[in-house]
Amino acid sequence: MEQKNGTLLEIHDLSVSFRMYDYDEFRHNDIRRRLKQTDLQVISDLHLIVNPGEIVAVAGSSGSGKSLLASAILGILPDNATVRGHLHYKGEEMTAARQRQLRGTEIALVPQSVAFLDPLMKVGAQVDGHRRPRQTERRKSLFQRFGLPDKTPQLYPFQLSGGMARRVLVSTALISEAQLIIADEPTPGMSLNQALEALRLFREMADEGKAVILITHDIDLAIEFADRVAVFYAGTTVETAFASDFKSGPDALRHPYSKALWNALPQNGFLPIEGFQPYAGNLPGGCLFAPRCPYKTPQCIAEIPPIREVRGGEVRCQHEMNF
Amino acid sequence: MSLEAKNIYFRYNKKQSWILENCTLSVEKGECLAVFAPSGYGKTTLAMLLSGYLKPVEGQILLENKPLPKKGVCPVQLICQHPEKAVNPRWRMKQVLEESGTLHKDVLGAFGIERAWLDRFPRELSGGELQRFCVARALMSGADYLICDEISTMLDVITQAQIWKVVLAEAAKRNMGIVAITHNKNLAQRIATRIIDLSHSV
Repeated sequence: MEQKNGTLLEIHDLSVSFRMYDYDEFRHNDIRRRLKQTDLQVISDLHLIVNPGEIVAVAGSSGSGKSLLASAILGILPDNATVRGHLHYKGEEMTAARQRQLRGTEIALVPQSVAFLDPLMKVGAQVDGHRRPRQTERRKSLFQRFGLPDKTPQLYPFQLSGGMARRVLVSTALISEAQLIIADEPTPGMSLNQALEALRLFREMADEGKAVILITHDIDLAIEFADRVAVFYAGTTVETAFASDFKSGPDALRHPYSKALWNALPQNGFLPIEGFQPYAGNLPGGCLFAPRCPYKTPQCIAEIPPIREVRGGEVRCQHEMNF
Repeated sequence: MSLEAKNIYFRYNKKQSWILENCTLSVEKGECLAVFAPSGYGKTTLAMLLSGYLKPVEGQILLENKPLPKKGVCPVQLICQHPEKAVNPRWRMKQVLEESGTLHKDVLGAFGIERAWLDRFPRELSGGELQRFCVARALMSGADYLICDEISTMLDVITQAQIWKVVLAEAAKRNMGIVAITHNKNLAQRIATRIIDLSHSV
């Protein structure tokens, strides 16, 4: 796979599948029903490029594999997962050993669930981590910027509110010397000002030449700080757009799903499109969005559209986007 | 016909200062009340008090001028902020849903719950998928009031719009009262018939 110069992270043709045991469909009502081993492909042909100094927002349907992407980059998927494709960090192939070495030092994660905090460890010690010397001063200044009360470091995770726990999680990643932060929905539960502060801190990091992958549902906040937006649907990237495209509205976007996302924002109509994202075990042939797409043609159902470049962004749709 | 919090005071132990102090709020049937407050203010505590999971130290929670019933399915149902912490990790999703009554097919359709998910464990589903189960579970119990504690923050905007559409349609049909705790002003303006900001009232 050809490498562009100077990218921080490059992902090409990434697929993730899980080995699992399911009832044989045809034998479901059979008295001899038995378990069958199947591979459930949850991420397919995914592309993502992250440059230094950039915030790439990852938006998209819940269950489209956004968090799995984070786990795949860090190499922390469970044992029954199979990863195929090319992952390059600073131009070098990511191997399991390299992932182990990079995670926590070069690449930091802001986990999605507040349940990732150690329930038996006080927050302050947890954020300082095992680094020597302990970065207590940096932690204090981070907590202050986040407006966390002075007593917070002495609390246990169960004593925190949802928004406080989020701010603590974001601090754990910001305090590290990481070159790349993967923030998996860092802002829910935070008030608007706190969320803005968190994103401002990410922006400062990116401006120092580091990079952030910001997985989020708060598209309206993300586009204020991000450079590019990757839109995920059913385990693949359907569009990579500039953040400014989302600001200028649906006409600047390239994929019908991105347009639907824009239209569903509470401030832009709150209009949901019909239907649901297909289940990973039951994907349609052809374009994954075709069953819900208002512009589908027989060709969309027949084959998976390739990725094309349109107006500087990338889109996986065969239509010329001038609906 | 309303759910009321009357001058409630709450703290988890006596050494602590008050989390909620003289907090009063009421929601009528058929109304959707959006509640704003800064993070750490005690919104989730308030939600737990309103739905009977916690007892106020002073003051009362009144449902139609009576305290919340102690037996049976509570007519005030809470939908939590973190769905992964609100379901039994050792139950399959089918069992989770059936906790609040017999499963109807139309419920699955309305919330976009796939049949295959019913045989899975909670850790095998995404946050958004789990939250649909939690909303379905609360609506299936036949509650009169729903307390929604930031239920859509972990959902994508299309699913958020879909779920609120179902909740609001169901609420209108059964004349339910809703308390929606949220940080998103735009969302509140869309769904609520009344908005209060608790940070100004104390």
